[in-house]
Amino acid sequence: MDRRKFLIGGIALGCSAAASPFVTPVAMAAAPWDARLVVIILRGAMDGIDVIQPYGDPDLVGLRPTLITGKAADLDGFYALHPSFEPLRPLWNAGEFGAVHAVSTPYRDKRSHFDGQDILEAGLPDLSGGGLRDGWLNRMLQVVPGLEAEVAFAIGREQMLVLSGDAPASRWSPDARLRISPNARALLNVVHHDDPLFRDASEDAIAIAEQISIEADLAEETEAMMAESPMMETVSRGGEHVKIAEFAASRLRADTRIASFSINGWDTHARQNNGMKNGGRALTDTILTLKAGLGSAWDKTAVLCLTEFGRTARENGSAGTDHGTGGAMLFAGGALRGGQVIGDWPGLGDGDLYAGRDLLPTRDVRAHVAWVMRGLIGLDQAVLEQAIFPGLELGPNPGLVR
Amino acid sequence: MPFDPTIAAIRFGMGLSPTIAPPSSIADMMGMLAGPDTIAAEVPIPTYTDVYPSPLDYRDATRALTRARGTDGEEAADQHRDQVRGDGNELLLTNVKSELVRAAHTQDGFRERLVRFWADHFTARSTKGIERHLVSPYIEEAIRPNVTGNFAEMLAAVVGSPMMIWSLDQHQSMGPNSEAALGGGGGLNENLAREILELHTLGVGGAYQQTDVRELAELLTGVSANAQQGAYFRPERAEPGAERVLGVEYGGDPASIEDVVSGLRGIAMHPDTARHLARKLVVHFIAPTPDASLVNAMAARYLENGGVLMGMYEVMLAHEAAWAPAAMKVKQPFEFIASSVRALGVSRDAIMAADRRMIRRSVQNPMIVMGQAWQSPVGPDGWPEEEENWITPQGMAGRITWSMQAPENFLDRLPDPREFVFTALGPTPPEAVLFAANAAETVSDGVGLVLASAAFQRR
Repeated sequence: MDRRKFLIGGIALGCSAAASPFVTPVAMAAAPWDARLVVIILRGAMDGIDVIQPYGDPDLVGLRPTLITGKAADLDGFYALHPSFEPLRPLWNAGEFGAVHAVSTPYRDKRSHFDGQDILEAGLPDLSGGGLRDGWLNRMLQVVPGLEAEVAFAIGREQMLVLSGDAPASRWSPDARLRISPNARALLNVVHHDDPLFRDASEDAIAIAEQISIEADLAEETEAMMAESPMMETVSRGGEHVKIAEFAASRLRADTRIASFSINGWDTHARQNNGMKNGGRALTDTILTLKAGLGSAWDKTAVLCLTEFGRTARENGSAGTDHGTGGAMLFAGGALRGGQVIGDWPGLGDGDLYAGRDLLPTRDVRAHVAWVMRGLIGLDQAVLEQAIFPGLELGPNPGLVR
Repeated sequence: MPFDPTIAAIRFGMGLSPTIAPPSSIADMMGMLAGPDTIAAEVPIPTYTDVYPSPLDYRDATRALTRARGTDGEEAADQHRDQVRGDGNELLLTNVKSELVRAAHTQDGFRERLVRFWADHFTARSTKGIERHLVSPYIEEAIRPNVTGNFAEMLAAVVGSPMMIWSLDQHQSMGPNSEAALGGGGGLNENLAREILELHTLGVGGAYQQTDVRELAELLTGVSANAQQGAYFRPERAEPGAERVLGVEYGGDPASIEDVVSGLRGIAMHPDTARHLARKLVVHFIAPTPDASLVNAMAARYLENGGVLMGMYEVMLAHEAAWAPAAMKVKQPFEFIASSVRALGVSRDAIMAADRRMIRRSVQNPMIVMGQAWQSPVGPDGWPEEEENWITPQGMAGRITWSMQAPENFLDRLPDPREFVFTALGPTPPEAVLFAANAAETVSDGVGLVLASAAFQRR
């Protein structure tokens, strides 16, 4: 048994037992499935109508005289891809990138980012229950007994409600370090003994920092793999999002099966084309970095990009769009059937819009997520409809998973 | 439960200090707050109106460079623009140090905490090209003088600040039937109106609808800002006619800034606003699940006093929940660092003399790892209150590493851990921390263990 596995085994134990975290070697696989699920939360409300443009709809140009520039290239005869997302074209052609259109969470009408994100990450129909203490990815972990904390990683500076809850999950940012002497470390255990929040966070910090320093070779391996990938030529290296994607890839190549992080900056109220340029760059860099960094594990990977809601069908007075309802979910990965835009297009005509202003959602986006989890991990319908996404009707299988 | 000076300093102030006595009573705290803002006079931060370099200085320098392109003056113009940029960066560094000195050396810690609370409530971020050194001057001008006054005045000052106007796109907005929109295109932008209702006043659970957002957005049309004039009113952009916000009609023709202000006053006095503000204060200062009777009493006092904030603070401090021994809140990263610097007794001069590298290494970079990049929250809702957001493995790695290493960057000679445990935690530190401070094998470990302890991190 190698030392890395030994230490990985120690982490979860460190969370639950007061004993030294490094006593019991655990060599079993971290999760009883092999597929990788990456959930990216696009905070700020991505404009699905702009990223995946329904140019076949005769009403589009009238609603968006400034935003529809005619530069978006065709995808399938009805939809076109925003130019800033062109780096993903090779993945589309290979059937590894696609979208689901005219979807949303059950959230309606108040169009608040924060409530919208809470509902998206909690996976609930609304916030009326007040029980906003865990996210749907965490509830998924809760139904699989005996998982280790490193099975799931929330990455980056932000809190990821989607992965928070009672099931153990790790959280780390690629720029964190830990420096403490062994003696002080032992005393810190004493100091935090009676405060579970501080005790667990400190123990996890120490365990993860050790694991990562020992895994420096893994990071080097990621770099080498990415250097060989021709698609990485378009990726601007060094941005924080690229570091996060590299880190995610290195974890997912090891024992991690679920990773989640955010890409912000989609709240394009004004001069949306600039926002799309930055957002497109960050998201395409991220997906291409994951593909390169995952190597052969990419074939078992599903990347889902979810946002809190869509944006108004009409552009506003400042070449942007305001908060709306229906939008798009982007997806990528070798485990999914890309090269297609799935969805029941409701149209953009006067009577078609939700509340006279937004794209009408024709399906709950949670149904697509649930079908992906069912296809990848084999979760039961009842578990998906009751425990993970309460109130969801799974409906027909959209066939996203290969 | 009785007033306790240690709790007063830690929960409602910037922590204990070896040289500054904690408040002696609630009356003492309220009296300092009602008196002059001494520390701001001693450690000045420029207001937005007075700041150099201003957005106009940037604009002029850039325009001068554009004009000078290809002429003999190009090099000088280029140098001048770099100088302006450098001066902005220099001021940002000074602002970080000034805020640290104020926190570490004020007697009136409650005021400092309230300024931070309201600045977060009215978060204006340096996005979309707004220079980062302008955030502190915005707070100094729109927030700080108003924390002891009337909430409606603060709201009006914020909405009238170029920083808020730019950061929530108000300068892009025009009434759909305004002269400007009919003449040249452009239209309404709801962003500022939405955040006023959702974040600043009624709160997301409040009794407002999408139509109120839209009507308020129309009422706000005309409010704009540019580099030259700062905030100003552009009647040609104002939506004609009156707007009905939360059932009350405001404005008419001709449109004026007074109509906007009276609309803001009306919203400020809505009972949902009173409850939202009261609840936020209690959640920030006392406990994540606030005592309902306390929130109601504070909201009632706010409404009775016509939106004056001091009465609401007084009700909060007079309630027994304020002095409960269990510390239910966690210090946010800046306040952790500032209260550590205060407990360590780092002098004003030592902080102000710190160079850029030192401030990066000991304040700004550690804050990023702890999850609070300097004045850069992710959204206009500011920093989260939940302790789970801060005390994560990564957040603790940052806090532990800072505790073990940074004090030595600030002080040549660290205090004796056996005494420091009392300086930092008061006369009755927890047994385990007392033990660890005595059992550490080095002075820096002993000081670090006190600072990294839950007892110090909580308030």
